[in-house]
Amino acid sequence: MSGGRTMDRPDYAAIAGWVRMDTRVLDLGCGDGSLLRYLQESRHVTGYGVEIDDDRVLACVKNGVNVIQGNLERGLSDFEDHSFDYVILSQTLQAVRNSERIVGEMLRVGREGIVTFPNFGYWKNRLQIAAGHMPVSENLPYQWFNTPNVHLCTIADFEDFCASRGIRVVERKVLTRGRPVTLWPNFFGALAVFHFGNGA
Amino acid sequence: MDGSIDNRSVGVVAPQVARFAEPVRLRCGAVIDEYELVFETYGTLNADRSNAILVCHALNASHHAAGQYADDPHNVGWWDNIIGPGKPVDTNRYFVIGVNNLGGCHGSTGPKSVNPRTGRPWGAQFPVVTVEDWVATQARLADHLGIRRFAAVMGGSLGAMQALAWTVMFPERVRHALVIACAPNLSAQNIAFNEVARQAIITDPDFHGGDYYEHGVTPKRGLRVARMVGHITYLSDDEMANKFGRQLKQGRPTYSFDTDFEIESYLRHQGNKFAEYFDANTYLRITKVLDYFDPALDHGGNLARALAPAQARFLVVSFTTDWRFSPDRSREIVTALLHNRHHVTYAEIDAPHGHDAFLLDDARYHRLVAAYLERVAGGIVA
Repeated sequence: MSGGRTMDRPDYAAIAGWVRMDTRVLDLGCGDGSLLRYLQESRHVTGYGVEIDDDRVLACVKNGVNVIQGNLERGLSDFEDHSFDYVILSQTLQAVRNSERIVGEMLRVGREGIVTFPNFGYWKNRLQIAAGHMPVSENLPYQWFNTPNVHLCTIADFEDFCASRGIRVVERKVLTRGRPVTLWPNFFGALAVFHFGNGA
Repeated sequence: MDGSIDNRSVGVVAPQVARFAEPVRLRCGAVIDEYELVFETYGTLNADRSNAILVCHALNASHHAAGQYADDPHNVGWWDNIIGPGKPVDTNRYFVIGVNNLGGCHGSTGPKSVNPRTGRPWGAQFPVVTVEDWVATQARLADHLGIRRFAAVMGGSLGAMQALAWTVMFPERVRHALVIACAPNLSAQNIAFNEVARQAIITDPDFHGGDYYEHGVTPKRGLRVARMVGHITYLSDDEMANKFGRQLKQGRPTYSFDTDFEIESYLRHQGNKFAEYFDANTYLRITKVLDYFDPALDHGGNLARALAPAQARFLVVSFTTDWRFSPDRSREIVTALLHNRHHVTYAEIDAPHGHDAFLLDDARYHRLVAAYLERVAGGIVA
């Protein structure tokens, strides 16, 4: 079952490619726990998910992953400094109210951070904006009136953000329909996956 | 629906008694030479004895956690809604043990038992026990039943404190701990409520310094008030408002000290019921068990250090409207477990019922316990 979900989430394979064996992972906004389960099975990681929603917490328990029910918006005060090798925020950055703070918390709690987010600069999004509409695309499936997303950004925006805050980008992958994009990623890439750490 | 509830009962159960001749030294220094623990079991112990779950009771409950008695079918176990075939604590899968703790009044050796040294009821002489003393004696029961390691130890409130203590007193004997509506120790406010309850009992003229058995009386007035105070803390303000509000029994005020308001009637009813069956000396001691519980105390107040030895995996559950043991108190436990890199899952159930929620049939809560224990069962070697 988790295999099926993993196929639906190409960022999982990208993330797993970066996570070293037998490390400690904190997955923020972990959903049903399928990424953590995938990393437990493929990379032998240990760790926890953080999730606010009751049904998803239950799904995590069924998936056999540790989950702490809580609200990311309140910070990560339950977690100590540098207590994880990786803190992952998968397709959640754009839905948190204080994105800057959460990235700061990720690098307080973890040695490195991994975020994935839908690239607002993807050409399909640009085209719809140009046509006068809020974009709806494969990684942005919501209408403006029911979207959980509050802080959308482009790949270029996130890179500027990292540069201005002394965040070192370790690796970057850009995907469209699960395939890597190398040509004009901020235009042809639908989904961005960033691996970053403290210091330039 | 009703039919399926019947099918999911463990049915008729009978208590058993285990007798222990080896003295037990309590935390307070006192020694009890010999004692009995009364217990019940549901389900079947598997061949390698790996499917046992110990259910620890809270303040006023007993070993009778599930099912009913043949001669008293209305006496249904206190956690019957969660224990049974096909229920979250599934007796088709697990061997579940309920035990009345030492110092109790439901059959285990306690203040109303006869002290073999004097030939008279222990009464005031029965020592003040602690959570750790209970766990130590429960471990002897486990030995008696041939259970080396529990699949899980679980409880709510004071029961959860026992589960927590198990994980550090006998780390290798607990695979999973279900710590529900718990706190790592009592707050000053919690202790204050307990002290009011104790004073109600101790100042009852029928208390006779704790040796009321010889006088043929029981301090029922004190017990009633003690129970009434307790009940106030088990419910949330909202739940009390929903259940009783300002409803008047007669529909209009009587301008007297009769039970005008429904809530008064409810509290008196609960108090009366309780005073009929519960032993005041036991109540005094159990409130002290709560007050003294503080695993961090021996570790310079550092809960993380106290929980460091645990090897169990934890499910910690709190309820949003529980103001007696609030979610923040459960989070203290979770933070300490995280510090130690222990396996822990924490769920905060949005339930309106206050502290009592752990005893109630809340779908989200029960689904979670069921899912967790299903996962535990997956780890049992058949």
